[in-house]
Amino acid sequence: MATNDYVPHAAGYVDNTGPKIVTSRFHHRDSYTLERYEATNGYAALRAVLQMQPTAVHETIKEAVLLGRGGAGFPAGVKWGFMPPVWPRYLVVNGDESEPGTYKDRLLMERDPHQLIEGCIITCFALGLNTCFLYVRGEMAEAQERIAEALNDAYASGYVGKNICGTDVSIDVVLTWGAGAYIVGEETALIESLEGNRGMPRLKPPFFPAAKGLYMKPTIVNNVETLANIPWIILNGPNAYKEFGSEKSPGTRMVAVSGHVNRPGVYEIEQGVVTYRDLFYGDNFCQGMRDGNELKMFIPGGGSSPWFFEEQLDVPIEGSLISAAGSMAGSGAIVVMDETTDAVKACLRVVRFFARESCGKCTPCREGTTWEEKILQRIYNGHGRPSDIDLLLDIGSQISPGEYPVAAWAEKGLTAVPFPPKQTTICPLGPSSVAPITSAIRRFRHEFEAKMTARPADEPELRPAGETWVAVEIADGAGNTSDVEAAEVHS
Amino acid sequence: MTSVEPTEAVTGIPFVLNGTAVEANEGELLIEACERNGVHIPRFCYHNRMKPVGMCRMCLVEVDGGRGPALQPSCMLPVTPDMKVETESEPTKKAQDGVLEFLLANHPLDCPVCDKGGECPLQDNAYAFGAGETRFVEEKRHYEKPIPISDLVQLDRERCILCDRCTRFASEVADDPLIHFIDRGSQTQVNTFPDHPFSSYFSGNTVQICPVGALTATPYRFKARPWDLDAIESTAAADTSGARVVLQASQNELVRTLGVDSEAVNWSWLSDKDRFYYEATNSPDRVTEPLIRDGGELKPTRWGNAMRAAARALRIDPERVAAIGGARLTLESQYAWAKLLKGVLGTDHVDAQLGDSLPAALTLGLPRTTIAEACAPGQIIVLMGPDPKEVAPTLYIRLRHAVVEDGATLIEITPRATSLSKYATLRLQTAPGTVGQVLSALADGQLDTNVGTVQAPELERAHQLLTGDRQVSVVFGRANLAESARYSADALGGMRRLVPNAGYLPLLRRSNIHGALEMGLTPGFLPGGARNRGGLVDKWPSTPEFEGHDTDAILKAAAQGEIDTLVLLGADPLGDFPDSTLAEAAFANIKTLIAVDGLLNTSSARATIVLPAALFGEEDGTFCNLEGRLSPIRAKVTPPGLARPDWVIAADLSHAIGPELGYTTLEELRSQMRATVPALDDVDWDEIDGADDGPLFRPERNWELEFGDPAQMPPTSSYGYRLVVDHKLWDLGTMSQHSASLANLAGPAVLRLSPNDIQLLDLADRQQVTVDLGEESWELPFVADPQVAPRTAWIPARLPGFDVRELLSAGRSITNLRLRTGEVPADVE
Ligand SMILES: Cc1cc2nc3c(=O)[nH]c(=O)nc-3n(C[C@H](O)[C@H](O)[C@H](O)COP(=O)(O)O)c2cc1C
Ligand code: SF4
Ligand code: SF4
Ligand code: FES
Repeated sequence: MATNDYVPHAAGYVDNTGPKIVTSRFHHRDSYTLERYEATNGYAALRAVLQMQPTAVHETIKEAVLLGRGGAGFPAGVKWGFMPPVWPRYLVVNGDESEPGTYKDRLLMERDPHQLIEGCIITCFALGLNTCFLYVRGEMAEAQERIAEALNDAYASGYVGKNICGTDVSIDVVLTWGAGAYIVGEETALIESLEGNRGMPRLKPPFFPAAKGLYMKPTIVNNVETLANIPWIILNGPNAYKEFGSEKSPGTRMVAVSGHVNRPGVYEIEQGVVTYRDLFYGDNFCQGMRDGNELKMFIPGGGSSPWFFEEQLDVPIEGSLISAAGSMAGSGAIVVMDETTDAVKACLRVVRFFARESCGKCTPCREGTTWEEKILQRIYNGHGRPSDIDLLLDIGSQISPGEYPVAAWAEKGLTAVPFPPKQTTICPLGPSSVAPITSAIRRFRHEFEAKMTARPADEPELRPAGETWVAVEIADGAGNTSDVEAAEVHS
Repeated sequence: MTSVEPTEAVTGIPFVLNGTAVEANEGELLIEACERNGVHIPRFCYHNRMKPVGMCRMCLVEVDGGRGPALQPSCMLPVTPDMKVETESEPTKKAQDGVLEFLLANHPLDCPVCDKGGECPLQDNAYAFGAGETRFVEEKRHYEKPIPISDLVQLDRERCILCDRCTRFASEVADDPLIHFIDRGSQTQVNTFPDHPFSSYFSGNTVQICPVGALTATPYRFKARPWDLDAIESTAAADTSGARVVLQASQNELVRTLGVDSEAVNWSWLSDKDRFYYEATNSPDRVTEPLIRDGGELKPTRWGNAMRAAARALRIDPERVAAIGGARLTLESQYAWAKLLKGVLGTDHVDAQLGDSLPAALTLGLPRTTIAEACAPGQIIVLMGPDPKEVAPTLYIRLRHAVVEDGATLIEITPRATSLSKYATLRLQTAPGTVGQVLSALADGQLDTNVGTVQAPELERAHQLLTGDRQVSVVFGRANLAESARYSADALGGMRRLVPNAGYLPLLRRSNIHGALEMGLTPGFLPGGARNRGGLVDKWPSTPEFEGHDTDAILKAAAQGEIDTLVLLGADPLGDFPDSTLAEAAFANIKTLIAVDGLLNTSSARATIVLPAALFGEEDGTFCNLEGRLSPIRAKVTPPGLARPDWVIAADLSHAIGPELGYTTLEELRSQMRATVPALDDVDWDEIDGADDGPLFRPERNWELEFGDPAQMPPTSSYGYRLVVDHKLWDLGTMSQHSASLANLAGPAVLRLSPNDIQLLDLADRQQVTVDLGEESWELPFVADPQVAPRTAWIPARLPGFDVRELLSAGRSITNLRLRTGEVPADVE
């Protein structure tokens, strides 16, 4: 039975007074059930769509200017149009959400799985395809359970499967769980993984999924949140959708705020209307920095995005404006860091993530990210050399040649370098590791330099000058390695 | 940027390369187009015989396709019109620098002890394009080193630059996807799955294509330095495909074989047999001096003595002299021996085949096609023979590629599934003894009734495919030694009627067997496929005056005391002739057994006289592959001791007997061959030596193939399991057994049954099955094998543990086994 229990703070989600498109059911305790979904207009969009021409549905989405929420912000309706007239063709739903700081797709799958399923079916109908693969991140146990249960219910009720709602439309949704690799969020790696291969990105060109995707057939890959918008757009029309947000980026988007704010969480906000200042300090949103501290920096769009600072606070949260300011809206993951944060450590943390998650396919990323991590770790441990700072920047320029996107720094007369960066790599993961480095070094070079002379208290003695100490990992016959001793290398 | 000579003129897509207008071919990758236009772009992962992956990023160049210059991997980018390419710009050079620095960061730099040192693309590219020094002061990656990934290949993971060449080769070319990347980031490494070694027939190719010293071949590891190696191009003689190789020697010892990219044949790939069986040449067991039996023991003697003794034994009634073997020999030696045996001694009891293939007339007479024609896109390939992967592995690679990549359609008509079955569009499962009638029904258009194990709808489908307008190529041979060759011959007769314009590729065993057949080492023929009588009468001292026996008949005659002297040209009838009882009976009655060989085998160990012969890598000559393609066999080392090339032995022997063979040098021998065999008339041996793809030897056949009515199918018996016997690549053959690294690869002989039959026979819990045949019984180990069809049993030949020839008899049309669990049944036949 549907109940009206009101839950203002469903784990991770923060309700606010703004318009709600994708989180409208989150405040119901039973928001994930078919009963609640049906009781709140669920599958009404699907019934409506089944009376329409597929091209008209496609047209509606195009008109609404529904931008992708997976990172690149590409208009879904336009992307759908890239498929050549080749069948079979597939829809792949990217639920592998693993960008550091991002946890909005998880909520969508846990709290409103039917909305996503309805979005998928409508998309399949619009594109004339009959198989949708829904790929859910391996670690998201609850999301997996909720999606699976919802899908079973949807099949049982005739919303998915053969002869949907009694029509001659038949669409299947296939669930797949990831195996725990960030890179599989990248669409071509996800496709490889779906095919049963090791999740490593394919080169684009030639392997643009819309042309040569899953099993080399035309494939549309869309993010969970992107598709979750679709039922609302169908029911309310593109014009209603465009009433929210800005002209370039209509509608709302989910942002996941974490870090040193008083009320972190996932918020649904209007794109291009709410600024970072509104978000961090607004009563409706994060309610200011913890302990009244000063803001030091923030990551505006997931670990891959260059950092923003105090002077970017008034940038409205909108893709093109953020790009122009030198970063990206990305997945909407915002990490806020206050004055107590160690910039070197923060940089090391993010870089380590990319080094560990590099798929190992292409040389600059595989070797470069680990090298960066090792240097940063050494600097952080107090064993840095003055030349390491330039070395870090130069390694970055070998992964991402040319000027790397950074935010403006008015005080020093430095202007922004707009997004996106160039790359010598196959996919953008490698270049992502350069974002924290260029951002941190540009702003906080002095902190790096300070580490060259001072060590954190918990670190061992500095080596005498002129010597580099190298820890030697000894591998035993079983392939295990252990730190056994430190060897001395005179340089 | 290193410059390479532009190779050929091109027309097509215009683009700008470093400011100069040049042209590319339609669809050509930028890296290739630049190469042809004289600009070499460094690369690691790109290999022209595999699909590009764009992983190493070494080939990045600045490309402006209209939207401003950007770095692009030239190995993944087809040239588009008016593309502007800068291979020497600052951004390009910086990217090259960067990639090399990254690759070298964790590379151990143990070049002085690395086998690849001196021929290492990483070294070469680092010198040519690298910065010359590293800024990497961190700890390098360490792994346990080396780990064996197969019996033949070792992996030093810390040297690996993760180019995906070996792994791509394994899955894309060899279809043995047993090595993979594991882990991620900088811990990514190549490895096998636990307990699944990289046991591929092609594992050595990964060593050759590895751009660093990460993969090394056990036989070559630490054997030599590349700059000390002498090299010469030759042809692999482990099977009939004629794969092109480079032989490398150090201090007069063969140490390595590398594949050469021959467009016509092997596309640079080799089987491990091709690659490693040079080891037999270095075997300590080589016969290095003439031997003569004295008081029951073989004792060294001088050439003169041995020759005189041999001459004496051969100067008898030619009908009492026979010779078996000759496939090991070069084309020149085959001609020389054919002339000695047929033209001087006058015997026609000469056969290079050992009763395990098809009549020579068929092999010679069916219109031959080429590998390239058979594998051309959109063709139909029919396999009516043994598993190509076991018999001619390089041909298997080509056939598989044709079906998987080039849209060829494969139809299999075989008694067991092969390694190509999973790619077959249609598979006709012909139980032993039925293939002749199946093809006959197809040819007669009788498609509405089942024939043996083949169902009517399958016949219908086969007929439809084969009589359409696509070109048909038939890869044929003897698929089963446990059924009469007659059935295979009948099937070919049916195919001739069904598809009159089909081309044929024979799938025989034994290296230069095609040279042997062409040069007349088979009864009834003289060099050039001339029929005995009439051919060559004016060019040779004489020709045989009778129609000789094949090996089967030679052995039967010998068993009845009709043959006094038997010459073995590298053959081992006791070990290799399917009916071992007959071979044994024959050997018991031979008076003089003359073995010409470099290594003793079961048969030659019983010889009266052993004449030591040069082996592979020790003599110059010519190879004739299954297409009839001629390619060079070259000497890189000198024969050990007193061993001589076979053509020299033939000439010396002829001299001892009387008439000379009429040559003293290889050149004179070749001119004589040209003068004698019309099809060799315009062959230029210098050209053969220089070409990657040799000319085709296609003598005119001035006789007709004759096919009788096909034999009836043997009656089905309700309990019988029809036996299938064929050969695996690794067996107890002489060359493999004398190659230290290959000797242990032959798996044990086990009886293979379809999983379903194991259930039916109630064998699931047992280790052994009882096999009854006639009066005798055997207890044999067995395994379930989905390649085996119901009601058949497959046992590969010549494997350790059980000599399946105990079950074979030359007289039986099929071999029907009775299988049971240990208990004795009530109704034994
Ligand atoms: C390294 C990397 C990681 C990514 N991870 C995700 C992810 O976790 N979820 C996601 O939806 N998109 C991710 N993407 C973006 C996808 O490649 C793809 O652009 C997106 O799924 C398209 O959906 P959209 O158009 O609806 O945004 C990632 C991209 C990269 C390069
Ligand atoms: S950039 Fe990194 S993650 Fe992307 S393909 Fe290359 S190695 Fe893999
Ligand atoms: S082992 Fe050699 S061929 Fe294989 S990936 Fe490593 S470097 Fe490449
Ligand atoms: S050769 Fe092009 S990326 Fe490796």
